[in-house]
Amino acid sequence: MSAKGIRGNERTAGWIFVAPALIILGLFFVLPILMALWVSLTGWNGQGSPFTSRVPFVGLHNYTALFATDDLARQDFMTSIRNNAYYVLLVVPLQTVLALGLALVLNNRILKGKSFFRTAFFFPSVTSSVAISVVFLFMFANGGAINALLSAVGINGPQWFSDPRGLIHIALDRVGVHNAPAALADHGVLGLTWWDWLSGPSVAMCAIITLVVWTTSGTFMVMFLAALQNLPIQLDEAGMVDGANAWQRFWRITLPQLRPTMFLVVTLGLIGTWQVFDQIYVMSQGNPAKTTLTPAFLSYRTAFRDFDYGSGAAISFVLFLIIVLFTLLQRWLLRERRGH
Amino acid sequence: MISRRWAVAAVAAGALLATGACGSGFDENKSTQQSSGPASLQIMIASSGDAETTAVKDAAAMWAKSSGNTANVIPAQDIVQQLGQGLAGSNPPDVFYVDAARFADYASVGALEPYAQTMAGADAFVPGLKQSFTYKDQLYCVPKDSSTLALEINTDLWSKAGLTDADIPTTWDQLTSVAQKIKAKGITPMAIGDTRDRIGAFLVQAGGWWTSPDGTKATADTPQNEQALAYVQSLLKNGLAKYPKALDAGWAGEAFGKGKVAMTMEGNWIRGAMSTDFPNIKYTVKELPAGPKGKGTLSFTQCWGIAAKSKFKTQAQQFVQAMTTADQQLSFAKAFGVMPSRQDAQATYEQQNPDDAPFVEGAKYGQGPVNAPKMDSVLADLDAGLQGLQTGDPKAILQRFDKNAKTALGG
Repeated sequence: MSAKGIRGNERTAGWIFVAPALIILGLFFVLPILMALWVSLTGWNGQGSPFTSRVPFVGLHNYTALFATDDLARQDFMTSIRNNAYYVLLVVPLQTVLALGLALVLNNRILKGKSFFRTAFFFPSVTSSVAISVVFLFMFANGGAINALLSAVGINGPQWFSDPRGLIHIALDRVGVHNAPAALADHGVLGLTWWDWLSGPSVAMCAIITLVVWTTSGTFMVMFLAALQNLPIQLDEAGMVDGANAWQRFWRITLPQLRPTMFLVVTLGLIGTWQVFDQIYVMSQGNPAKTTLTPAFLSYRTAFRDFDYGSGAAISFVLFLIIVLFTLLQRWLLRERRGH
Repeated sequence: MISRRWAVAAVAAGALLATGACGSGFDENKSTQQSSGPASLQIMIASSGDAETTAVKDAAAMWAKSSGNTANVIPAQDIVQQLGQGLAGSNPPDVFYVDAARFADYASVGALEPYAQTMAGADAFVPGLKQSFTYKDQLYCVPKDSSTLALEINTDLWSKAGLTDADIPTTWDQLTSVAQKIKAKGITPMAIGDTRDRIGAFLVQAGGWWTSPDGTKATADTPQNEQALAYVQSLLKNGLAKYPKALDAGWAGEAFGKGKVAMTMEGNWIRGAMSTDFPNIKYTVKELPAGPKGKGTLSFTQCWGIAAKSKFKTQAQQFVQAMTTADQQLSFAKAFGVMPSRQDAQATYEQQNPDDAPFVEGAKYGQGPVNAPKMDSVLADLDAGLQGLQTGDPKAILQRFDKNAKTALGG
């Protein structure tokens, strides 16, 4: 390995150039992650430094406790995973479709007042999520705007933020299944019965889902819009010459070209939704009956309320693994298929 | 290639080294006590509003001036989280409010200085309140005020139902029978908050409680507790009492203030809510009806905690002394409507506010919150069970609590 030569000094220069970025990343990103990883392996109770010999080292106990011990901690964790899974399942598709739809409308050449609509759709994204959450609390209050609207058309609106019933349970109740079938209620996995796993998002969670879809679709709309405006018009025109109708052109020509943007939007959506915290903190704190408990909020509560910082950190690392797994999965699903 | 791998290794090693360096930086400096000379005290309070913030700031400024120290009052947005950060960084405020419901968590991890154990004049405080701040037989801090639950009666609805002062219930049976009379007139008799902080009062009246007095054992699954929950369930099932949610109210006091119910059981904080939000409702306050094992109510309180890591423990203790004199407690009571926690001050308070006598009486036999560490999630789970009490099984709720609490208490 003789790296010397005419370009021998470039390597040193390169390192010097990237050093500021590396130092900042290391100090504010890698280092805190390593420290949190250490905390997750200890029984630190939040008094003084976690990096002294007096802090008990417990190995992987904080992690195994989340999956293997039949107690409240595991039940809370699994409940939070269930709630967040339903949340992701609804929010990601809805916000992606809504964002794409809005972007397509704005990209339409015949639309008038484009900049007005663009601003209007984007506005929720640039407003503080705490401020929007508080406004939504008022709108979804028992005597609030949403229920007033519903009652105007003759619907008796639910008590949004105090209704812990899951949507699937409500639907089953409508068709005559009032109590859990024994097959589902008596068996379960990881501390929750099958009946609990299959509850669906609660009414309270639905209000939060509405809020999040509304606020984030603006951001993703801008991404789709940028991608749409970059697409070569010739392909679309070629499709027209070949006699493709609008739907065929969208499905066969536009959408495939949006694949990279779609990947970006879905990935960012997955990451953001698995980490949902501020809306929960402001609006519900996990209530009613734990149906809006999410891993991020549970991690915070375990650490700062129960002084169990080790478990709290462990929950956040499990959450990190979940996000990585889902991102890899959807990367595989959205891959370029050859010979298609 | 080899050199690149070395570079990566070097970066990783550097990061680890930095972690270590940070670690030593965080290490506790030998707690250097400064017991004489001017101290600079940080006081963190969870304020109920502007009135309390101003009153505490004024009192602190006065103390600072007369003692030659400085005192900086910080009203916290979220005291649990802000304290958590301070404690983790070894830099907590010197003096801070500790809620009785959270006290054991702080005491068990060694965050609190047990100054009250040796503090002169600690005997003056109500014994029941002191019990709320005792952990492993040590009194850690002195209560700054107290609140208790009592029965509030809407006098207009009461007479509308054909009831008089002679009908005011003093036992469970009487409560049931007046509630039936009120219901017969088409009025909802009672609003009860759907948490352990209200329903727990029935447990006390039946002679039970969630945990043993020293907070080391879960004792929910007993016949007394089952009797109490069954009684509350019968009230709910027969429409004699409703949860605030079912009355479209945020809390029982709101349902009461809107005139939707004839009775409710809330603490002395309802006074402030009634006078600002619902000034037109006429009501009277009585002690809670007694259960099979006599009178019982719940008391709520906060204490003046001193951080174990404070540099100015002596001055902090002097500050707490000044904040808890009978005169100071009475002036706090006047400023923002809390009850004193000292027996002598309570007597004066009762004379000055005869209408509040039931609240003061309650302080004598009130039961404090569950006093054990790591119970936050267990109690949250209990509340979820109590929300479903109307259709639930009382015994199952109690057994579930015992199972969860046993894990948390490690017994």
